[in-house]
Amino acid sequence: MKGFLTKRNGILLVLIIALLLPFIVPNEYVLHVMALVCIWSISVYGINIFTGFTGNLSLAHIGFFAIGAYTLGILTVKADWNFWLALLAAGVLSIVLGILVGLISLRTSGHFFTIFTMCVGYIIYLVIDKWDTLTGGVRGLIGIPNPSRIGPITFDSLTSHYYLLLCFLILTIFITKRIVSSLLGRTFIAIRNSEELAQTIGISTKKNRLLSFVISCFFAAFAGALYASFVRFIGPEVGAIFLGFEMLIYLVIGGLGTLTGPVIGTILIVTLTQSLQFLQEYKMLIFGPILLLIVIFYPQGIAGAINKLTNKWKAKRTKDNKVKEQQTTIKEVG
Amino acid sequence: MVLEIGKLTKAFGGLTAVNGVDLNVKEGHIQAVIGPNGAGKSTFFNLISGFYPPTAGIITFDGKDITKMPPNKIAKLGIARTFQTTNLFEDATVLDNVIIGNRLRTKSGLFDAILRTKRERTEEKESIEKAYKALEFVEITDLADEPIGSITQEQKKRVAFALALATDPKLVLLDEPAAGINPGETDGLAALIKKMTDNGLTVCLIEHKMSMIMSLADRIMVLNQGKRIAEGTPEEIQNNPVVIEAYLGSEENEPIKV
Repeated sequence: MKGFLTKRNGILLVLIIALLLPFIVPNEYVLHVMALVCIWSISVYGINIFTGFTGNLSLAHIGFFAIGAYTLGILTVKADWNFWLALLAAGVLSIVLGILVGLISLRTSGHFFTIFTMCVGYIIYLVIDKWDTLTGGVRGLIGIPNPSRIGPITFDSLTSHYYLLLCFLILTIFITKRIVSSLLGRTFIAIRNSEELAQTIGISTKKNRLLSFVISCFFAAFAGALYASFVRFIGPEVGAIFLGFEMLIYLVIGGLGTLTGPVIGTILIVTLTQSLQFLQEYKMLIFGPILLLIVIFYPQGIAGAINKLTNKWKAKRTKDNKVKEQQTTIKEVG
Repeated sequence: MVLEIGKLTKAFGGLTAVNGVDLNVKEGHIQAVIGPNGAGKSTFFNLISGFYPPTAGIITFDGKDITKMPPNKIAKLGIARTFQTTNLFEDATVLDNVIIGNRLRTKSGLFDAILRTKRERTEEKESIEKAYKALEFVEITDLADEPIGSITQEQKKRVAFALALATDPKLVLLDEPAAGINPGETDGLAALIKKMTDNGLTVCLIEHKMSMIMSLADRIMVLNQGKRIAEGTPEEIQNNPVVIEAYLGSEENEPIKV
């Protein structure tokens, strides 16, 4: 039993379920929702890098999600670009804009930074909403194409599209893991822990926060671009602030600053939302208390709570082993 | 002289926290800075380490003018510091807390992290080795895998020392290293500070525990209300009437800013 319950086997199991999902879901709708979960998760991993690991709350994230969605939408619909090229362009644009916004907004800190980025997010929303000639205004963009084929592989069916999104999600998790466990990730965590201390040990907090912010913007725009191509239609509401808060809730419930938190939180909340659909607006009556309870009792979310439990269990086990060892040595000596 | 400070002044609005202070610190010395509460000692340290830009004056470290440098650049040149509160990351292990100390000597960036390049791997290895060396120096290697949350206050101070040492400094600024530590442990920390200078480091420290200062310091500077009122060897300071007045109050019972 002990040998079976390892981290690697757990990951493998989840991966197998994710891969077999198209064959076990009762209907296409569920698969459609799971594909959306992949997209949201990628965006939430972006928030996690900046908010979870570097310790600043940006509310411009959803704005960058919208920038990604619209860049891909406009380039493929109006300029007839290839999907992959447009996806790349969305990423590059988000990096450029991320650097610009970051350079200005990171001059502030704490609450002021959050308020400033919320304004940036809202400005992006307004620009999309009002710039009729470019974005189509409130009418939005219709007929965004599926990802174009790579050699023999096409992405026209829901199943193939789901696999593509799943691949991107796995890649996102992989990159996040690499970053977090690297020297760069340690740098981010040091800044989150204490900006003062980070500076005294020679870390440029400005440069590293900007980098983290830009990585976060990139993931947001990337997810946005995938979203645009998946739902085929986008309107200004993809940049609405409430959607940003929703993603933040996924992260908080899943676990800020954890590796599995974003995907756990997203699956859980999206599934809950879907199964509580019949309650309409009243579903918030259920969400509110859940969120409150988690923030109060498990500030590090579900993933954080699980990590704590396993750590405790491990610590107890090593302690037991030590005691046993001591007893045996005592016996041997006696 | 490793550190030369000339006419250093810092004013916060109308309050002059540090007022025209001169100080030269010789290589390998333990230089103590003492004074009543609110004398400007911590501000003085914050000026040296670059947290505040001085209003006037010059700070030269190792022959370089560092007066207007940001803290991270100053750290790179070789000035490390510890804080009154240790500020360590409670959830992480001792080793994890110290590894980051070598970050300023590494160059791995985002692409090294994602691709896990050779540079990333060698630099990571170096950082871990340096962290172990620092932990060995402060004699807590056996605690390497313990989370910070589960070790004692004195051990936390040692971790903070190790983190400062992992940056490979020439000068270490210690802000009240013995605060909140019992007398027996204070002796251990004093021995550790002595060990630092024996290994070629220069130490500046702020401290309130007089017995520790008097036996440890090579030179002592006394600050009162932002001004330097005395500087000299422990014996000179002990017998200096101005210092005694500042600490105990003058005969006219002038109020002392506490």
